[in-house]
Amino acid sequence: MTKFQKKLWIGLIVMALLSPIGVYLPEKLGAGEAWGEWGADALEKILGYVPEGMKKIADIWKAPVPDYNFGGESASMETKIISYIVSALIGIGSVAISVYVIARLTRRHEK
Amino acid sequence: MHIPDGYLSPQTYIPLYGVSVAFWAVALRKIKKELSHKHIPYLAMAAAFSFLIMMFNIPVPGGTTGHAVGAGIIAILLGPWAAVLAVSVVLIIQAIIFGDGGITAIGANCFNMAVVMPFVSYWIFRLIKGKNNEGPRFYLAAFFAGHIGLSVAAVLTGVEFGIQPLIAAGPDGVPLYAPYPLSIAVPAMAIEHLAIFGIMEGLVTAMILKYFMKNESESVFAARETL
Repeated sequence: MTKFQKKLWIGLIVMALLSPIGVYLPEKLGAGEAWGEWGADALEKILGYVPEGMKKIADIWKAPVPDYNFGGESASMETKIISYIVSALIGIGSVAISVYVIARLTRRHEK
Repeated sequence: MHIPDGYLSPQTYIPLYGVSVAFWAVALRKIKKELSHKHIPYLAMAAAFSFLIMMFNIPVPGGTTGHAVGAGIIAILLGPWAAVLAVSVVLIIQAIIFGDGGITAIGANCFNMAVVMPFVSYWIFRLIKGKNNEGPRFYLAAFFAGHIGLSVAAVLTGVEFGIQPLIAAGPDGVPLYAPYPLSIAVPAMAIEHLAIFGIMEGLVTAMILKYFMKNESESVFAARETL
């Protein structure tokens, strides 16, 4: 790894440690879900109903760490912040390794 | 901009899966041909960066949140096809592990943020910068590459939401999936991304480009390639 690459990785780790800003600020400022990303119960409140087709597909997948949060919906802010950092580290590790492996595999015939 | 499961009808998400898979196939071939060995670590870091920048939710006080994507700067630094791969991997892992974006909507989300966005950003960058590889116009080009790339992706997402009531309604006319018409979905997505989140995307794009030009300018794809 070059010196410059090491610097970049340190920058990425610092970003991961700072990432809870992305969960703390919206809650402090009363900002809700991104537009069009409401869950079924939130949508029921806005619309008064949950669309029929949506009901069938909405829960097709149970993500192991929904919303980058290990503590469930009622988790404290502390839990959310720690979850967010752990999720960030898991996330960057898994995407970096996946991309690295895929990119290397494209040249397996070149040896 | 991560469309969840249940917002898109199968007649929308299935074709978009097809389109994204086609782009992935081409991306793998292009990366094999165009990305040198020494750029592979950068590609991995680019994916990590995109994952992280999407975690920085920017609040609209009392309203919604949004975030930058990073596809524009990746396209400028490593080329648009490299960005297709890096951002797609991010979106797939976000959907599977973190439930951010639906499993059925992976094709759509990748099309918007990992296919359309990097190419729009890349073309805007080339168009505005012209022959300049330094100076204000070069960095202004980077800003608008990020800003417009994100905004176009957001408008496209709004269109995908907005066509649902037209193509998938029950016999009583009640929408089966995303309930808002084009006249609401498109402006909602466009305005917040043009006015707020796109500014963040633009600043991030210009600042990181500046950092690379200072430290390792020879590896910047869009400044190196001469067309």
